Amino acid sequence: MAAMGSGNMENDLVRQEASVLAAAIASGEVSSEEVTRAHLDRIAAVDERVHAFLHVLGDDAIAAARAVDAKRTAGEHLGPLAGVPLALKDVLAMKGVPTTCGSRILEGWRPPYDATVVERLRAADIVVLGKTNMDEFAMGSSTEHSAYGPTRNPWDLDRIPGGSGGGSSAALAAFEAPLAIGTDTGGSIRQPAAVTGTVGVKPTYGGVSRFGLVALASSLDQAGPCARSVMDTALLHAAIAGHDPRDSTSISAPVPDVVEAARRGDVRGLRIGLVRELSGEGYQAGVSQRFDEAVELLTGLGAEVVEVSCPNFEYALAAYYLILPSEASSNLARFDGMRYGLRVGDDGDRSVEEVMALTREAGFGAEVKRRIMIGTYALSSGYYDAYYGQAQKVRTLITRDFAAAFEKADVLVSPTAPTTAFRIGEKVDDPIAMYLNDIATIPVNLAGNAAMSLPVGLAPEDGLPVGLQIMAPPMADDRLYLVGSALEAALVDRWGHLLIEEAPEL
Amino acid sequence: MTTTHDTVPFAEAIAAFDPVLGLETHVELGTNSKMFCSCPTAFGADANTQVCPVCLGLPGSMPVVNRAAVESTIRMGLALNCSIASWCRFARKNYFYPDMPKDYQVSQYDEPLCFDGWLDVTVETDDGPQVFRVEIERVHMEEDTGKLTHAGGATGRIHGADYSLVDYNRAGIPLIEIVTKPITGTGALAPLVARAYVTELRDLMRALGVSDVRMEEGSLRCDVNVSLSRPGEPWGTRSETKNVNSLRSVERAVHSEIERQAAVLSSGGRVIQETRHFHEDTGRSTSGRSKEQAEDYRYFPEPDLVPVAPTTEWIEELRGTLPELPSVKRARLRAEWGISDHEFQTLVNSGAVELVEASIAAGVDAAAARKWWTGELARVANDRGIDLADVPVTPVQIRRVEELVADGSLTDKLARQVFEGVINGEGDVDDVVAGRGLAVVSDDSALLAAIDTALAEQPDVAEKIRGGKVQAAGAIVGAVMKATRGQADAAKVRALLLERLGVAE
Repeated sequence: MAAMGSGNMENDLVRQEASVLAAAIASGEVSSEEVTRAHLDRIAAVDERVHAFLHVLGDDAIAAARAVDAKRTAGEHLGPLAGVPLALKDVLAMKGVPTTCGSRILEGWRPPYDATVVERLRAADIVVLGKTNMDEFAMGSSTEHSAYGPTRNPWDLDRIPGGSGGGSSAALAAFEAPLAIGTDTGGSIRQPAAVTGTVGVKPTYGGVSRFGLVALASSLDQAGPCARSVMDTALLHAAIAGHDPRDSTSISAPVPDVVEAARRGDVRGLRIGLVRELSGEGYQAGVSQRFDEAVELLTGLGAEVVEVSCPNFEYALAAYYLILPSEASSNLARFDGMRYGLRVGDDGDRSVEEVMALTREAGFGAEVKRRIMIGTYALSSGYYDAYYGQAQKVRTLITRDFAAAFEKADVLVSPTAPTTAFRIGEKVDDPIAMYLNDIATIPVNLAGNAAMSLPVGLAPEDGLPVGLQIMAPPMADDRLYLVGSALEAALVDRWGHLLIEEAPEL
Repeated sequence: MTTTHDTVPFAEAIAAFDPVLGLETHVELGTNSKMFCSCPTAFGADANTQVCPVCLGLPGSMPVVNRAAVESTIRMGLALNCSIASWCRFARKNYFYPDMPKDYQVSQYDEPLCFDGWLDVTVETDDGPQVFRVEIERVHMEEDTGKLTHAGGATGRIHGADYSLVDYNRAGIPLIEIVTKPITGTGALAPLVARAYVTELRDLMRALGVSDVRMEEGSLRCDVNVSLSRPGEPWGTRSETKNVNSLRSVERAVHSEIERQAAVLSSGGRVIQETRHFHEDTGRSTSGRSKEQAEDYRYFPEPDLVPVAPTTEWIEELRGTLPELPSVKRARLRAEWGISDHEFQTLVNSGAVELVEASIAAGVDAAAARKWWTGELARVANDRGIDLADVPVTPVQIRRVEELVADGSLTDKLARQVFEGVINGEGDVDDVVAGRGLAVVSDDSALLAAIDTALAEQPDVAEKIRGGKVQAAGAIVGAVMKATRGQADAAKVRALLLERLGVAE
């Protein structure tokens, strides 16, 4: 395993990129079981401090790894990520494995079926290590809204790892897993990636099946790949993407060749659009600085930088916080204590309505209740047109803004999040401040196109990672990888390694 | 002493008020699988055995539209002369109830698949048949809910029950809802028009093969809206009587609601906008929940599904699959059978046309088919208060009975007993004949033995017959019939008797 260098074997294994591990497993240099055990040991060593995982699959993961090793021994063909461990966000159903969505109301529920994403991970021989922490029902930008306690940012344990997928991003940054699955409704893959110095992609809406993804907002939710490098992210993207007849909103067109794009990594002649409305005021100085430097680097690599304007992005946050709560209020109705999960107050005397109300009162956290109430109100007769109806119109305008911008540019770029990781507790009591974290990521969810966040350096003022967002038109996910891979290569040239290598030892 | 009347006699009510009707009919489609998943739809399976993550609404599961259900709905819409939407969406109807796995029902709201149609229905009046055109507002698709059984408590309703059981086998079964526009101008014929409309719908669905409409299994449920107004005045407030589940009940529900509302209005009261529950036993309804505070279902487009956008080519292809519609067919059959208008209308009124036709198709003689369906089987339906079509006798069973009558194995009287056995669930025709020992006793030796016994018991009668008083034979024949419990052919007994005594007829 020449690429892995010398030193502590276990430490080497957990710091490797997934593609390197897969090659070593395929060649027999190391077994999937050894790789899996190394990660389980790492989780045992650091997760008490990080709290990335809600549930660790010890024996099951080992058994899955052994099955991959047996396949190799039998001479069976192995996929490009076979035997590599992965951290799965706890919002995806996995047969027999506790799935909580970070909520008390689902405590103890074990799905009787696999999400399509999980099926595809199994088909790719990827080893699931466990389920990762998240803001309750994916509502949040810090993972502080998990009913099971916050996840901490491996760069600074007093800071948030982003959200809602903070468990997945922290697992990557803490070297607990080389791959992770996230879900992105308003930035829940990209913002955690940005604040942990990792890579995350929200595919085109419909690019990855939502079947088995516990819905927050059906028209916005999208599962996607997370890793520490652009190539690993592309490989995972290719493993989970593609049409699924069980998800009516899944796209039947062929998946863009993201792996080939990541391999090429070329921006020469590409037009890169700077979105005027996603910069300047409200963005931390160090974030803007690293972003500008990255754009300069892209220019140096042969890209043409143009400025574009998306005037309706101004209304994106407001529209999002009507559409999301509206859909969520309906999607979360089923958690009523009647069929699974928590049930409170069933004393034989209380009515079914009382038991439902007591269960939801006890089982949902404050942020979930806040959004259910907003959504219930927004959909109410007499208010529907003014709120939900208007928000849908804004959504159309934002989609048109994107379409116009993509006339002028092949991809658009912006900082992923306005700031680096903030401190735990800093914004938890200020919903609006929390919502503003997603100001740059939300337009993509509203329009349904694809976007990536990748690390572009540390902010000088706090030494924390800064993420750059690349946005591509629907079904042009490959462009994210073309640009991301070129930029990552240039940065690695400059730094001599991936940014994540600079994360402090835990 | 003051007396208050709960109802005004129907004739008085109609003399004072004009009724306006509206009917919402829900019918389970006869698709093999559910509306949004591949679970089977067969009736009568053990509770919660025909379920999956989708129809249980488990977290993460997603619906996929059943193409066959869309086809059925479009075909029904075409048969009802509706326009078919070129683009429409499903919507979520949000409310909390434990029979709903997701606490919302996937239905259609302001974008129904079919809209603006009509259906002509005929009712018999003193002046002959009269045709009413019922305007159709919409036909849309939705999923059924689960079935709740409330144990304990006096009412069988959720309030006061000790506990409740939910069977989700029914959850997700495709339903179509057919909504009429207000039906006016029916006057005293309102109950008959309502019944004729639902009958016509049922026949239409059976003819199209989109549903077999098993009313006794609750596969057709009707909500009956009624309002009254004095002539020339604006329409009154309506009530909605829910879950009226048979043709007879539809008629009775309209009838009784007209009487009830007339009483309220005549005494200066105000009709409350409310839902009412119809009681089969009394033929009356009781107040349910008030709708004065309209329930807010927070409808919005179902984001887990893509729009349904049938192409013109597909719609036309489906139009090409429409069978002869029942009204057209009836005209043809009347001509083919060569029976009088009056006779045919009797068949129509008793709901026997399709049954007679099916029986003839199964090989039953036309006259015999009409005889059974308007005679014995109609009597059974009437006794049991069920629709003729729900009498559990098949055309093939009628054919078998007729075969047995034709070859002398059964008499008409025995045949009626055979039907009774079949209806009681004693098995198929031959099972009942064997089980009840109903075959005509045609074995001569058994009959001769019975004749000899009867002759020995009544020597004086025997003597009279021998002496040429042939009319006295009736007493011996009667005794033999009694001894064979009616299973002998009386004519044959008589012939054997006379032969035995050497007397000519």
